[in-house]
Amino acid sequence: MLEIKNLHARVQDKEILKGINLTVRAGEIHAIMGPNGSGKSTLAKIVVGHPSFEVTQGDVLYNGESILGLSPQERALAGVFLAFQYPVEVPGVNNASFLRLAYNAKQIHLGQEELDPLDFDEFIREKLKIVEMDERFLDRAVNEGFSGGEKKRNEILQMAVLEPKLAFLDETDSGLDIDALRIVAKGVNQLKRADNAIVMVTHYQRLLNYIQPDYVHVLAYGQMVKSGGKELALELEEKGYDWLLPEGQGAQENNQLASVAGA
Amino acid sequence: MSTSLEALTNQEYKYGFVTDVESDVLPKGLSEETVRQISAKKNEPEFMLAFRLNAFRHWQKMTEPDWANVHYPAINYQDISYYAAPKKPEAKKASLDEVDPELLATFDKLGIPLSEQKRLSGVAVDAVFDSVSVATTFKKDLLKHGVIFCSFSEALQEYPDLIQQYLGSVVPVTDNYFSALNSAVFSDGSFVYIPKNTICPMELSTYFRINTQDSGQFERTLIICESDSKVSYLEGCTAPKFDTNQLHAAVVELVAMDRAEIKYSTVQNWFAGDPKTGKGGIYNFVTKRGKCQGESSRISWTQVETGSAITWKYPSCILVGDNSVGEFYSVALTNHLQQADTGTKMVHIGKNTRSRIISKGISAGKSANSYRGQVSMKKSAVGARNYTQCDSMLIGSACSANTFPYVDVQNASARVEHEASTSKISEEQLFYFQQRGIGTEEAVSAIINGFCKEVFSELPGEFAVEATRLLGLKLENSVG
Repeated sequence: MLEIKNLHARVQDKEILKGINLTVRAGEIHAIMGPNGSGKSTLAKIVVGHPSFEVTQGDVLYNGESILGLSPQERALAGVFLAFQYPVEVPGVNNASFLRLAYNAKQIHLGQEELDPLDFDEFIREKLKIVEMDERFLDRAVNEGFSGGEKKRNEILQMAVLEPKLAFLDETDSGLDIDALRIVAKGVNQLKRADNAIVMVTHYQRLLNYIQPDYVHVLAYGQMVKSGGKELALELEEKGYDWLLPEGQGAQENNQLASVAGA
Repeated sequence: MSTSLEALTNQEYKYGFVTDVESDVLPKGLSEETVRQISAKKNEPEFMLAFRLNAFRHWQKMTEPDWANVHYPAINYQDISYYAAPKKPEAKKASLDEVDPELLATFDKLGIPLSEQKRLSGVAVDAVFDSVSVATTFKKDLLKHGVIFCSFSEALQEYPDLIQQYLGSVVPVTDNYFSALNSAVFSDGSFVYIPKNTICPMELSTYFRINTQDSGQFERTLIICESDSKVSYLEGCTAPKFDTNQLHAAVVELVAMDRAEIKYSTVQNWFAGDPKTGKGGIYNFVTKRGKCQGESSRISWTQVETGSAITWKYPSCILVGDNSVGEFYSVALTNHLQQADTGTKMVHIGKNTRSRIISKGISAGKSANSYRGQVSMKKSAVGARNYTQCDSMLIGSACSANTFPYVDVQNASARVEHEASTSKISEEQLFYFQQRGIGTEEAVSAIINGFCKEVFSELPGEFAVEATRLLGLKLENSVG
C-alpha cells in the first residue's frame, strides 16, 4: 500500500530525512519510534504533502504510484490521513459542518451521494460513540478551546468519519491521561480492518500496550536504525534509544534537529 | 511554499458589461445652471429647486474631507456628468411593457428580473439605471396596504408634501461635503412611506446600476415609518468596468416614529477597479443616517460591502426617542487595491436608548480596511447603553486593517462596551482542511462565513445566501 524509497527531505537548509525506506501493506499496523527530533513527524507530514518540507531525493509510492506530485487535498481524497500532533483551532467553523464538509468532499470524489445535515447528524452520532464523545462537541468550533485530550479524540473522530486507507497517527498518545488513552486506542482498534493500514508515530511504548503493532521501526537522525516486531518496543522501553545510535552522533545534533523540525 | 497565501484573487467581475442604450446625458460640469437643468428635466416643484440651490451654494463653500484613511487623486468635479438617463422611457410608465426591453434584459442579466412572470416573489423592486428609476414592481399591490413605494421623482410629483416635510430632516443639506453635493444634484432614488399600524407585506428593494461612463450617480432614498409600522428594505448595486473612476454619492434618510421598525440592508458590489493596477472603479461616498424619532423605535443597518475602489460610508442612528434602539451589522471585504473606511455613528439622546455595533472587516491582497465608529452619549441619554464589537481578519500579509473607535460620554449613567480582535487565516488552518480533502477555496469560505455569521444572520433570507456566495466569489483564488 505504502512504499517509501530512499526518501531524503529538508526544511529550509536543514536535511531532516536521510534515506528512509519503509513498506506498509494493507492490514498492517506499524509503529515508528525514536528520540525527539529524529524526523518521525516530518516523515508523516511529507507523506500527506505538508508544504514546509522539500523532498530532495527518493519517492513515496501509494498503491504503486508516486504521490509526491499530488496536492495535499488529492492525497487526502485518495485515502491518506494524518491525525495531527497539534490539531489547529479554526474559530467560527462549527465542528459538525467541518466534519460534514470533509465527509461530503470524499463522497463527491467517490461519485457517491452527499449527506444533508439531517442525515449526517444521524451518521455522526454513531461515530461519536467510537471515541465516546459528547454531542456537544459538534456544536463547538473546530478544536477551539478543546483540551489536549479532546483534540486528539476529535482527530480520531475525523478518522472514523473518513475511513482512510492509510492513516498516520502523529503522537496521538501524547498529552492523554490513561482513560483518554484507552478510549483513543479502543477507537483506533475499532477502525482497523484488513484493507487498511495504520502507522503510529510515538516515542513512548505506552500506546503500544493498547494498539498492538505488527512492526516497530526506530528512526534516528533521519534514518531508520532498526526494525523489528512488537518485542522491539519492549526492548526500547527497557534500554532507551542510545544503544541504537551510531558512534559519534551525540545529543547535540539531536537537539539541533529538534529545533528545526519543530512540532 | 506551494500552497501559500500569496497568489491573490483573479476572479473576473461578472457585472462589468455595458448596456447599449441611447442616453440623455448632461454635458460634463457643475454650475448653478446644471442644478437648474436637472430640476427642470424632472419638472420639480419650486421648493425642490430652492432646496437644491441652497445645497449647491453651501457645497461651493465646503472642502472635501480628508480625515478618512483612504487615498485617491483629487476628483475634478467639473469632469463629471451629473445626469444620465436612458432616452426611451418617458417620465411615466403605465406598465413594464413600455420599458425599453434592453433595460429589462440588463436587469435580468443582473439577476433582478422585473417582468411580471419572472419577478422575485415577496420582494418589490425599484430599479434605478444611471440617474432614473426605470421600473418599480408590485407598486399597486403595496398601495392597497397604504404602503407607498416608488421612485423619488414620482414621489415629488405625487406626494410633494411628504417630501418637503422630511427631506433633509435627518441629513441636513450642510451635513458634509458629499451630502451637500448630493442634495444639489441628486436625480432619483426610492421613496417609501409606511402608514400607521402597518407591517409592510413584502421586502422592498432598490437595485442601483451605473451604466454611463464618466457620469456620477447621486441617488436619494427616503424611508418614513409611521407609528407601530415596520419595513425591511434592501439595496443592491453594480456597475460596468471602466478604467476611469465613477463617483457615487448617495444620501439615505430614515425616519422611525413611535415603536416603528426599519431594517435597512445593503449588498454592495460596485466595480472595484482593476485588480492589478487599481485603475477605475467606483468611489462610493455615501451618507446614510436614520433617526429614531419616536419612543421605542428601532433602526437596524446591515451592510455587506464587497465592491468599490474606495468606500467612505458610516450608516448612523440618531436615537432621539426614549428606549429607541440602533443597530449596525457590517461585513466589509477589501481585496487587491481596494480601500474602505467604514463604520457607524450612534448618537444617544433619549433615555435608555441602546445601540449595538457588530463590525467584521476582512482584508486580502494589498487592500486597506478601516473601521471608524463613534458612540456619543449626550447628557439627556440617561441609562443609555452601547455594545461594540470590531473584528478584523487578514488574508495574506500585504493588507492592512485599522480600527478607529471614538467614544464621547456626557453622562455618568451611560454604559459603553468595546471589544476588538484581529485574526489571520493561517497556512496551518488551510493545510488542516486540505488534509481532510477540503479545497482551499472551500476552506476560506467556511472560515470567512464563520467569521461573518452574526452579520449574515441579520440579512433577509435569500440575501444571506447571496452574500455568502458573493464573498466566496470575491475571494476566489485569493489563497492558494
